[in-house]
Amino acid sequence: MDQKNKNSKKPVYSKFSQQELPAWKPILTPGWVIASYITIGALFIPIGLLAWTASDSVVEIVDRYDEACVPDDFSKNPQSYIQNPDIKKTCTRSIKVPKKLVAPIFVYYQLENFYQNHRRFVKSKSDKQLRDVKAENDTKFCLPVAYDYDNKPIVPCGLIAWSLFNDTYKISTRGKDISIEKKGIAWKSDAKAKFGSNVYPKNFQKDGLIGGATLDESIPLSEQEDLMVWMRTAALPTFRKLYGKINTDIEAHDTIKVEIQNNYNTYKFGGRKKLVLSTTTWIGGKNDFVGMAYISVGGICLFMAINFILLYVFRPRRLGDPSYLSWNRHPIT
Amino acid sequence: MVYFLGNETKLGMSRGVAEPKLTAMDAMIDKLTGAIFIFQIVVVIVLGIAGNVWKDTEARKHWYVLYPDEGPWYELLIIPLRFELLCSIMIPISIKVSLDLVKSLYAKFIDWDKQMVDVETATPANATNTAISEDLGQVEYILTDKTGTLTENKMIFKRCCIAGTFFGNENGDAVKDVELLKAINTGSPDAIKFLTVMAICNTVIPIKSPSGIVTYKAQSQDEEALVRAAASMHMDFVNKNANILEINFNGSLIQYEVLDYLEFTSDRKRMSVVVRDCSSNKIILLSKGADEAILPCAYAGFQTKTFYEAVDQYAQMGLRTFCLAWRELNEVEYHDWSLLFKEANSTLVDREWRVAEVCQRLEQDLEILGVAAIEDRLQDGVPEAIETLRKAGINFWMLTGDKQNTAIQIALSCNFVSPEPKGQLLLINGKTEDEVCRNLERVLLTMRITKAEPKDVAFVIDGWALEIALKNYRKAFTELAILSRTAICCRVTPSQKAQLVELLKSCDYRTLAIGDGGNDVRMIQQADIGVGISGREGLQAARAADYSIGKFRFLTRLILVHGRYSYNRTAFLSQYSFYKSLLICFIQIFFSFVSGVSGTSLFNSVSLMAYNVFYTSVPVLVSVLDKDLSEKTVMQHPQILFYCQAGRLLNPTTFAGWFGRALFHAIVVFAITMHSYAFEKSEMEEVSMVALSGCVWLQAFVVTLETNSFTILQHVAIWGNLVVFYIINWIVSALPRSGMYTIMYRLCRQPAYWNTMFLIVAAGMGPVLALKYFRYTYRSSKINILQQAERLGGPILSLGNIEPQPRTLDDTDDRSPLSISQSKNGRSSVFEPLLSDSPSAVRRSFGPGATFDFFQSQSKSSNYPRNKDN
Repeated sequence: MDQKNKNSKKPVYSKFSQQELPAWKPILTPGWVIASYITIGALFIPIGLLAWTASDSVVEIVDRYDEACVPDDFSKNPQSYIQNPDIKKTCTRSIKVPKKLVAPIFVYYQLENFYQNHRRFVKSKSDKQLRDVKAENDTKFCLPVAYDYDNKPIVPCGLIAWSLFNDTYKISTRGKDISIEKKGIAWKSDAKAKFGSNVYPKNFQKDGLIGGATLDESIPLSEQEDLMVWMRTAALPTFRKLYGKINTDIEAHDTIKVEIQNNYNTYKFGGRKKLVLSTTTWIGGKNDFVGMAYISVGGICLFMAINFILLYVFRPRRLGDPSYLSWNRHPIT
Repeated sequence: MVYFLGNETKLGMSRGVAEPKLTAMDAMIDKLTGAIFIFQIVVVIVLGIAGNVWKDTEARKHWYVLYPDEGPWYELLIIPLRFELLCSIMIPISIKVSLDLVKSLYAKFIDWDKQMVDVETATPANATNTAISEDLGQVEYILTDKTGTLTENKMIFKRCCIAGTFFGNENGDAVKDVELLKAINTGSPDAIKFLTVMAICNTVIPIKSPSGIVTYKAQSQDEEALVRAAASMHMDFVNKNANILEINFNGSLIQYEVLDYLEFTSDRKRMSVVVRDCSSNKIILLSKGADEAILPCAYAGFQTKTFYEAVDQYAQMGLRTFCLAWRELNEVEYHDWSLLFKEANSTLVDREWRVAEVCQRLEQDLEILGVAAIEDRLQDGVPEAIETLRKAGINFWMLTGDKQNTAIQIALSCNFVSPEPKGQLLLINGKTEDEVCRNLERVLLTMRITKAEPKDVAFVIDGWALEIALKNYRKAFTELAILSRTAICCRVTPSQKAQLVELLKSCDYRTLAIGDGGNDVRMIQQADIGVGISGREGLQAARAADYSIGKFRFLTRLILVHGRYSYNRTAFLSQYSFYKSLLICFIQIFFSFVSGVSGTSLFNSVSLMAYNVFYTSVPVLVSVLDKDLSEKTVMQHPQILFYCQAGRLLNPTTFAGWFGRALFHAIVVFAITMHSYAFEKSEMEEVSMVALSGCVWLQAFVVTLETNSFTILQHVAIWGNLVVFYIINWIVSALPRSGMYTIMYRLCRQPAYWNTMFLIVAAGMGPVLALKYFRYTYRSSKINILQQAERLGGPILSLGNIEPQPRTLDDTDDRSPLSISQSKNGRSSVFEPLLSDSPSAVRRSFGPGATFDFFQSQSKSSNYPRNKDN
């Protein structure tokens, strides 16, 4: 603004100051509305079908084993079984393959009724300590799993690491072992930036309450991929975490044998454990919801469009009819 | 001698203290905030209890959470407090900031408005109070001053009647009337006396500039007009030197010595000066004043009939009239009187009363010289402005210090009331309680009967009756105030003006007071909105006011354009602010049901902060440019203001709609996110970002759907905001230290993410659009109809055009006399108390029954023109 404008009291003229900026003023005409509903319907139904076929093509094998792996003697009291270190926890499951599984096959463990998103749980870790060897005393969010009996910091500290899942699986078919690739299951970004390559587990699961798995103290955290996967907390009480990858196909109608080390205690809180083998497509794993939702939203949109067309045909209403203005009917003096 | 200056003056003392004003809208927003707060407390208590129950029954079994078996007593409070923390975003703090921002912009738009610049004086409109623009759109009553507000307050001497001869009737300007000039040049004694009174019977001080041009300093515009007119007719008041007045008449200098000023009071309604002609040594009393105060004082046998007729005739033209009179005094008489006057002036008790009594003794046996008529033109566009605003459903009250007849004439000429038979004026006056009570009841009865008829009924009340009515019959008067769309209150004092404003406010009406003078300041401060005309009577009113405008007609634009837009925009902005906060809060609440009611926050604190500060506040801020209807359409259909007045756009019902929308959208976002990001995808950071993106996408479309006109800025803000959302999150995702590291990059590469977004938008907006379309087309509001008409170019625009009705006082000549009930009395004069609306003439309200009665008994003929029977 130049000096002249500043001095004069007269308002500055601009399209903005006069609220006269050119404006596009659309209104909801039947044409626009019906056309947009039809467009959405026409777009969503094919996308939905695509997503649904994709999801349908995913082969997924889910096997719940938490109950079946408890010996009959303990079925009344599975906790005494799982907490007794003297009992062998090995359990063998045979699973029929209904369809051919094409590599890469992802092996997940699925936990249900497990609240990784609980407020006490989700915060109970120390990002600094995981990343930086010098910050091993940074355990303020880790309580109550921060120090061992000698008051030395636990690395990695916190409830999340402490409760690390510790069931293991061995898969074989036709008497031949199928190797499960455990490398590369965690996010690369986690290995690079979140977990230090010179931070080694220390005082972990040593004394006091033992939670889940123990860690090999000679392997740095950045290579402890199971831990990294576990520490990506899930947002829902039902979740799957990647256990490993199988890089060979498994033929249809084969029977696979899974040798499970059933260590993890979900019996106390009524949680469920499942082993999942799944292939993947462009939308990820099996998820019928997206496809179905697209098809239903698209369908509803088309239905709406038809309704509005019918309404438009049978009860037409002239837009902007002045006779609808009450003051034109009863003029105010 | 005691001087009072500045705030110590009568005017300053009666100004009162301004209170901070709160708009009806702010009050409503506060109420809604209160309701949300209660809802929040309920949610917190319910979830807190549920959380503790879940903790005791379930959470202890979940060994990985490691709840201690026995905790301290305050452990019970932790979960409710966690929920309080989560729900604290339910009440948007940002709303205050956003509202302040947009309000200051509304005010700027008023300041900037080119169409509200007074071209004559180059004064733009100014919004002093930036916080109450929305109230302008909700005005129900306008209380307006008359002189200087409706009229220009530019007094011009137009006509006169000297000794029974009318001047100025042919050409409408007495100063240029050849006959009058001839009479002056031939030295007609009547004309010269008349001019002398015009020139020196006043308190005007002439100021001579070095260049020789004389300017006048006058307290009253009327006096200045008379002096100017006299000067242009060769009776030039050139100098005032102590008590010596010098007059230049046709080149010869005449000197007068002023002996006494018999000052004007609004009760005496006249003023006089006693002067001694320095050449002839004669003592003369010169008087001027209202017809009712001068004409009865004529000497016995004087024929006043023509003067009454003259006054009547001028009154019908809406001119202000003054009667001028003259009397020669002899030395002895003056001497005796002078002693009495001095004594009266030095009394301590009841001085005003005593002085008036003494003056009365001198002001009798007058020789009436003639009647001077002064025009105070209506401002341009006043009738049209009033008609438009009345169409908009705004009720008008005129509060003036003037006399009834002047007020009624002005009211008629500016569409304030319609002439009969459509309009009807009901008069309330009377000096005793009984009279006022009877009148009031009669008027009330008529009002109740005519309420159903489409008739324009207005009541007229004068200050005295008003005083009684307000004091003793407040209830009846309040009922009357509610029933009547129009009222004329004449001869009211500044404090009465304020009282009337208060009365209307106590009935829960939004009031706007508009005035230009110092005597309107109280009313302006008292009203919900005070508008000052930056006019001739100084800037006092404009300074005290919330808005100052140059001309009355700008009020239309101020209310219909600025007020209405401000209301609409704030209505959307405030409800939207609640909507977006509720949306994110509902998602948090839903999430607590899948996280063991422990109070986990789905969103991280950075996202929550940015959601309120950036993602949702920027698009909605540009809604200050939104126009639902064009200015032209609103001006053509002022009735549409009803939607604002009745608060149709922001009330508990509309708010419930937004609440429902927030709930629905929260369900959509939560359900779709949790289902499409289930199992192996259900990673906390990712799910949180998907839900947040869903909210941001939805809000972009909600703003789009609710915007009526898209300027380039709106497009930039709405869609640019989405882009900015991604940019911000990419930046945050690039920081290895942040919890969100790489999250946004991952999501943007997943087809599932985009699938989810489109699904959320379609599922969230589909029903909203359908509902809006259905209501828009099949249950359309008047606003919708006008929008459709305006944008499709329907026939509606040709309807309801307000034809300009140029009506000025000049063409009242050929109009038949307006028949108002007043005229049945046969005497309807326009009388303007001198100095009535000027600062020095603030009328004090006396105790009951004092002054008026006194003056009646004192004056020779007490035909004080009060119309008790109309």
